[in-house]
Amino acid sequence: MTLSAPAPATTDDAAAPWVRMSGIVKRYGDVRALDGFSLDLARGELVALLGPSGCGKTTALRALAGLESVSEGTIIVHDVDVSTVPTNRRDMGMVFQSYSLFPHLTAVENVEFGLQMRKVAASERRRRASLMLALVGLEGREDRYAHQLSGGQQQRVALARALVTEPQVLLLDEPLSALDAKVRVELREQIRRIQTELGITTLFVTHDQEEALAMADRVAVMSEGRVEQIGSPEELYSRPATAFVADFVGLSNRLPGVLANGIVSVLGTALPVTSDAVRDGDVTAYVRPEHVRLLPGGVPATVAGTSFLGSMRRTVVTLEDDAKVTVQHDAADEVTLGARVGIALAGNPVAVEAR
Amino acid sequence: MLGAVFLGLPLVALFHFTIKGGLEGGITFRHWAELLSGEVDAGGPLWDGISSSLVLAAVTVALMLALLLPTMILVRLRLPRWEKALEFVCLLPLTIPAVAMVVGLAPVYSVVARIFGSGSWTLAFAYVILCLPYAYRALQSNLSAIDVPTLSEAARTLGASWPTVLLRVLLPNLRRGVLAASFISVAVVLGEFTVASLLSRTNLQTAIVLVQKQDPYVAYIVVLLSLALALGLLLVIGRVGAATARSNR
Repeated sequence: MTLSAPAPATTDDAAAPWVRMSGIVKRYGDVRALDGFSLDLARGELVALLGPSGCGKTTALRALAGLESVSEGTIIVHDVDVSTVPTNRRDMGMVFQSYSLFPHLTAVENVEFGLQMRKVAASERRRRASLMLALVGLEGREDRYAHQLSGGQQQRVALARALVTEPQVLLLDEPLSALDAKVRVELREQIRRIQTELGITTLFVTHDQEEALAMADRVAVMSEGRVEQIGSPEELYSRPATAFVADFVGLSNRLPGVLANGIVSVLGTALPVTSDAVRDGDVTAYVRPEHVRLLPGGVPATVAGTSFLGSMRRTVVTLEDDAKVTVQHDAADEVTLGARVGIALAGNPVAVEAR
Repeated sequence: MLGAVFLGLPLVALFHFTIKGGLEGGITFRHWAELLSGEVDAGGPLWDGISSSLVLAAVTVALMLALLLPTMILVRLRLPRWEKALEFVCLLPLTIPAVAMVVGLAPVYSVVARIFGSGSWTLAFAYVILCLPYAYRALQSNLSAIDVPTLSEAARTLGASWPTVLLRVLLPNLRRGVLAASFISVAVVLGEFTVASLLSRTNLQTAIVLVQKQDPYVAYIVVLLSLALALGLLLVIGRVGAATARSNR
């Protein structure tokens, strides 16, 4: 590999973020697509922007790319304020959700395009483009046109095209969403490997939480134009800061409970709550399915459905008050539809919310 | 089959007329020979007509592309809400008879003549309007077949300026539409009579009418030849289009 990769981040670099987006507001008429959006990216890290559709995640990425102007706020990349710099001079590499290869150019010519814009000599261009195509595993397909490549291959050419100019930041706008499940998993592993190898700072937009949790160093969960919480995948899953994050990341049961003095009682079980943001009284507790277990003699329930997921089984039971609870348990514990079972809580709620 | 008869019969009749022996009867290629050897002097007005029609075709195509292509791309990228309005405006000339249009054009052309002179090439301004519906349709179908916003954005993030996006990314992918729009415009211009005649300008069709008054045989031979010319042009452009499409595969 002769492509120059940025040096690994030193502690100094880590202190000053490579990308800093602060207080970004984007209005479309009366709608605020971004409403005080702030995000820092450290050098070489992959941050995933995760959120439901319409939460503004793609707008945030496009604002960083310069494809959307921002109404308020600043965008600083490597100590330079780029808020008003046009897209073509921002030095970003971007992979789009829809296939974006230039149809009249071959794969290698597509990859060369960015180098051509930077006036790189023809022979050097071809060398670097071929190298990049080899890196994404498309050796020998240099002369294919877009329509001769599968969806996954097209996105890999697009990735090579975005990376070959060694941009400041790599922007990925749901690049995997048009692909089928198997290719998606393969390609996301490949993207992560190449990203780590080149040490390129990357912002990745997705609505697929599995994808975000599997790929990212940090995940920023967005809602209504701002970041709800940013943290490592583990943090988000086990210590969601808000009910929204608890509900959006991973599966959660929403169970009624009563909070008093840092103890919440749910389904007859008293459990400690770490957050003190919610006042005592009636609350909704978010409990992960793996923190509920089947226990003879527990809270009585009826099996309403069950699905086998390989190593484990997820079963939905109905309580006597018609509330539904999802239980994750060993695949060996077979349950039959309509059977009477008992359930019990085996772990603390990840979040509580005033009712 | 019926279409071939419908289309072919008048042409065969036309050809038959040009080889009829007139009063003496029989079949003769005398009229063709006379024209091709230059014995009949239809040259003057005819050459004027042909040359001004060719100039008109070129100017019309250039104007039409310069006007329509950037507008359509701009509307697609930035003002998608205006797409319907643009379509309406572009298709409007179809609904207006040429005769009616001339009534409106006549005063306009008195201004045009003052600025650009009264050369017959100035008819191109009117012809662009006549070609608009056909050219719009041809470009439109090509434009909707490619993802203009994404291709432009991809090129922009790779460092391309707007002129580069237009010339290096969009135009090569719109070649088929541009060729089709150009051809149909050429065909419209070569066949146009009403506007030229009513505005007292010379083009191929007005010249043919003029020649017909002197020698009907020559006029019909020229009609046949100009049809062959248009057909040839169609084949050439079709081939070029197919060749570029192949090289893109």
